[in-house]
Amino acid sequence: MKPYPRPRYWNEPTMTWYERAYVFEVARGLFITGRIFTRNMFRWITGRKGALTTYYPEETRADYAPANRGKHILVQRDDGKPQCIACNLCATVCPAKVIEIEAAFDPADPARPKYPARFEIDYSRCIFCGLCVEACPEDAIRMLKEVPNLPALDRDHMWLGKEELLTWSPRKDAAKP
Amino acid sequence: MIQDLVVTLILIGYAVGVLLTFGTILTWVERKQAAIMSDRIGANRAYVRIPFTQVKLVWLGLFHGMADGLKMMLKEDFRPKTYDALGYALGPWVTFVPVLLVFAVIPFGGTLDPGRLFPPLADWFGGRTYPMQIAKLDAGLLVIFAFGGITIIGAMLAGWSSNNKFSLLGALRAGSQMISYEVVLALTVLGLILIYGTVDLGEIVRYQSGRVFGFVPAWGIFLQPFAAILFLTAAIAENKRIPFDLPEAESELIAGYYTEYSAMKMGLFMFAEFIEIAIVGALFTTLFLGGYNPPWMDDGGFALGGGPIGLPHWLMVPTQLGTFLVKVLIVCSFQILVRWSLPRFRYDQLLAFAWKFMFPLALANLAVTAAVLWLMERA
Repeated sequence: MKPYPRPRYWNEPTMTWYERAYVFEVARGLFITGRIFTRNMFRWITGRKGALTTYYPEETRADYAPANRGKHILVQRDDGKPQCIACNLCATVCPAKVIEIEAAFDPADPARPKYPARFEIDYSRCIFCGLCVEACPEDAIRMLKEVPNLPALDRDHMWLGKEELLTWSPRKDAAKP
Repeated sequence: MIQDLVVTLILIGYAVGVLLTFGTILTWVERKQAAIMSDRIGANRAYVRIPFTQVKLVWLGLFHGMADGLKMMLKEDFRPKTYDALGYALGPWVTFVPVLLVFAVIPFGGTLDPGRLFPPLADWFGGRTYPMQIAKLDAGLLVIFAFGGITIIGAMLAGWSSNNKFSLLGALRAGSQMISYEVVLALTVLGLILIYGTVDLGEIVRYQSGRVFGFVPAWGIFLQPFAAILFLTAAIAENKRIPFDLPEAESELIAGYYTEYSAMKMGLFMFAEFIEIAIVGALFTTLFLGGYNPPWMDDGGFALGGGPIGLPHWLMVPTQLGTFLVKVLIVCSFQILVRWSLPRFRYDQLLAFAWKFMFPLALANLAVTAAVLWLMERA
């Protein structure tokens, strides 16, 4: 049986005799991989890191982009209370439905009597889309560039509560007094 | 008589221990070397916790080999509905056992004189000496090829009896590939046999302890550089490793001839492959890299410059054993480098490479070697 005629393309690959002989190119490839191996090995032996890998739970990378959407934070007022007014807009807009808010009433603060008694985010389901940040009318929730400390042995330990979310407090950056 | 038995048993224990250690260590070496070659760290999460403490031993991921073995043993041993249950059960063993047997004729050390090594036992041994090699056969090289050929039967048996078309295709590929490259392998070694004038591996190593031009060690790789390259290529193809791993091509044939094998049976195939890396390393060392002797050293001691500088026997034995292991490890490492550098052949390219490229080159190498030897004899 005649073999199927191979179509000719306008950009047929052309090889020189040097590439066609294959042995030289093999030697070149082995030289490249071997060079990288010896370079990385030398780094490991001299106590440096010979890999690009970040060792995730033990190390986190230092070069997250400023716009990276990582861990959520709740912005604080000057008195340390959350700027959140428990309007539930973020929980409504969240596509993964990971935000749980329980509103409460504070009679001591007549200006903003509604505040979140419970504000919890389930990071095992969060997709880090940033819609909650965009939805917030009070600029009360933002995202840091650092990622949350996620690794855990089960999903119940991947929730962050109000206390953990309130750790970030540059007061002068708060949008409203 | 009983002394011979004791020494031989010790040598067998050493050889089997070395091979099995190589088989497990090489899984780790392969992972780590591949990782370092590609700017990664490599497997390093498996650990052994010392009981009753929180101390976790990681040891650079060395325990991943143990974890693999444990996984293989605990997995479900799936059996396909096959009409050839005996062949199915025999397949892994027919692949695994010859690989171990090949090592029987490879000398991994010089002459052992137990009387000098342990003076209190000198009377009992009565001045007997033993070559550090399990079976001292005159036909060593031929035995290696004979046992190497049995491996093909194992692969064919496994593929045929699995009752699976992927297995059968893999087995057919394995059969034609291994037979083709066996021819090249034997032809390249023929040139060496012409030079050394013997097929006894011990004699071959002793010949390589000499020197050419006064300072270059008379290693096979310097006497027959072409044969060395061809031999290593053919040996990697024989072992079905990556540039030539068509019998197991994952993207086409699932796992080739061991598709239907699981648990420890599949583990035996993998183990045989890793031990065969070490066997190829040992063979290459013996034939081309001067065997167990460091360069410029023979069984008497350092031989460069003036007369030989002798080494005491208690130092000589570990030196030779260690040199052999280091050389084997270097060749193994080179094979792993090849495996992670080169892309796979297409199947027709694979056979064309054997018959149209390597076979004529091996023949030409043999012809040139014969002509040069003939001219040197006439001169």
